[in-house]
Amino acid sequence: MVQATAVSTASADTSDLKARFLTAFRWMLLARVVEEKLAALYRGGKITGGVFLGKGQEALSVATAMALRKGDVFAPLIRDQAGRLAFGETLLDCTRTYMGSRLGPMRGRDGNVHRGRPKEGLMAMISHLGAMLPVVAGTLLARRFRGIEGTVGAVNLGDGATSTGAFHEGLNLAAVEKLPLVLVVANNQYAYSTPTSRQFACEDLVDKAVGYGVAGHSVDGTNLEACLDVLDRAVTAARTGGGPQLVIASLLRLVGHGEHDDAGYVDPALRKSPLGADCLELAEQRLLRENWTTSNALHEMQQDMQRQVEEAVATTLREPLPDPNTEDWCPLATRHLCEGGYSPT
Amino acid sequence: MITYLEAIREAQAKALADDPRVYIYGQDVGQFGGAFKATKGLAKEYPGRVLDAPISEDAIIGSAIGAAIEGMRPIIEMQFADFSTVGFNQIVNQAATLHWRTQIPCPITIRLPSGGTAGAGPFHSQSMEALYAHYPGLIVMTPATVEDAYSMLLEAVAIDDPVIFCEHKYLYYHLKAEKLPTEAMPTGKARIARQGRDATIVTYSAMLHESLACAEELASEGWEIEVIDLRTIKPLDTDTVLASVARTGRLLTVGEAWPWGGVTAEVIARVATEGFGLLDAPPMRLNAKDTPVPFHPNLWGTHRPTAKTIAVALRRLLSA
Repeated sequence: MVQATAVSTASADTSDLKARFLTAFRWMLLARVVEEKLAALYRGGKITGGVFLGKGQEALSVATAMALRKGDVFAPLIRDQAGRLAFGETLLDCTRTYMGSRLGPMRGRDGNVHRGRPKEGLMAMISHLGAMLPVVAGTLLARRFRGIEGTVGAVNLGDGATSTGAFHEGLNLAAVEKLPLVLVVANNQYAYSTPTSRQFACEDLVDKAVGYGVAGHSVDGTNLEACLDVLDRAVTAARTGGGPQLVIASLLRLVGHGEHDDAGYVDPALRKSPLGADCLELAEQRLLRENWTTSNALHEMQQDMQRQVEEAVATTLREPLPDPNTEDWCPLATRHLCEGGYSPT
Repeated sequence: MITYLEAIREAQAKALADDPRVYIYGQDVGQFGGAFKATKGLAKEYPGRVLDAPISEDAIIGSAIGAAIEGMRPIIEMQFADFSTVGFNQIVNQAATLHWRTQIPCPITIRLPSGGTAGAGPFHSQSMEALYAHYPGLIVMTPATVEDAYSMLLEAVAIDDPVIFCEHKYLYYHLKAEKLPTEAMPTGKARIARQGRDATIVTYSAMLHESLACAEELASEGWEIEVIDLRTIKPLDTDTVLASVARTGRLLTVGEAWPWGGVTAEVIARVATEGFGLLDAPPMRLNAKDTPVPFHPNLWGTHRPTAKTIAVALRRLLSA
């Protein structure tokens, strides 16, 4: 089992680190900017349904996606806006799904974080936690059948999902088949309102790796460099025949479960602890400390991102909404077998 | 002679031979050939394409969905239909919604060894077709003959949607045919298994044979009973049912599943709402008793409909 926490970069090339760090920071900041806009739209009644933000989890999320390549598979969860962007999802896919545009990938049939482009490797999560893990395992099994080598599948879950049957069955199946799968668990201390003390009894979730016969990694989820380093190693290990990798990241969710939730149940001591640090702020401090950028450049970067987000929202607002009269009420690919005539219309 | 079970084995062999995208995944399906031997010898004939799975129905189905996204056409064997409840979430929430949500087809075939046999008890006897038919996005097949077991399973593998293939365990060894069919009825079409003019029995799966035996018995008393084999529960061929009721004026629906909701109720609901005027008497339905499926043959034999109890119901219907 590999144990790594906040590994130093003594061996890494500094300029390479700078480049990766800056790239990661950009995605994290863009995620933060678009999520703040989504929250504002939600408060203004412009979004039907929930809004689920990833504040505090951007470092882990972006590190997962940046360790992946084109052709890999990624199953993000609800706090993975940063990873989605880094994996190649457009801002428009995000705003269109949240705002119900007919031109979005889900066409108003599903909303908010339930979006993806499976043919491009981005899975569209269902709400049932853990359920995407076996699906990604299946994509990797299929690639083995088809003789496609060298691709990896990453699945992001939270601490709550570790209690599900799907987590157990999926990880065990992946281990039995020695699949190139990376399972990233963001232990953000709460599953909705339930603290980890009511979720699991093991001392450390990474200890589960031994039981499943997979490699385990721990990482400080507030530390971008550590996340980039650990995820890179985990994904490389999976890609080079090391079998499934379980990554446990410690951090704190800095928002409610959704924007409807004020998270009043979060222990104030946790907020003040190192776990409660904001990974984006820490990354920004690091950038300035290392002189990898300037305050002015950061300010311009943020303004540019705000323009991008405003443009995506404005475009989406002009687009057609789903229309029940032209909607195709057929759930099947085999159209002639649809029972449309018996739908209550 | 070829049995219903052998037809299922042969269909899978043909699917593996014809299409490199097909593979079989399930508990004990590999070298062992499956709990009922439905995959006997296939692991040897098609190395690497017939794989033993851990006892993880959720992960088995979930992985099939992932493989389907990647262009494969998995055939999944649930060891018993009853155990599919563990994979229920993946079937109804993931497989059934995938195409509607993402426009990516989900061509997986889930074989459910279904229905009661003497001594099997509450957890190896269930008929789950109504449960799956309830969910949009799934096709549910219930073959009642050797020919249909073969041709419908091949059709299930070819269809671009998830198919719940309810094969009846009681028919595995009991039912035999001269040879495998070379042509088949289209999916979604019901079959008139016996023509008549006095009453219509609408049924499917193993209950077809109890219904046919009943019709034969009543024929000796001069009654001509029409028997319809639905073949596919979803979609349900309402047209064929209505046309038959238009001829006979009387309807009895028979199913081995439990009475609440379900196929027998759905057929009656459709006839009552779309063909009320065709009915000369209130429609009737006959199902298993509303208890778990009992273990002992004395209880099991009474729990489900039989030719005898169908005949009792039919005589009431004919005199109504």
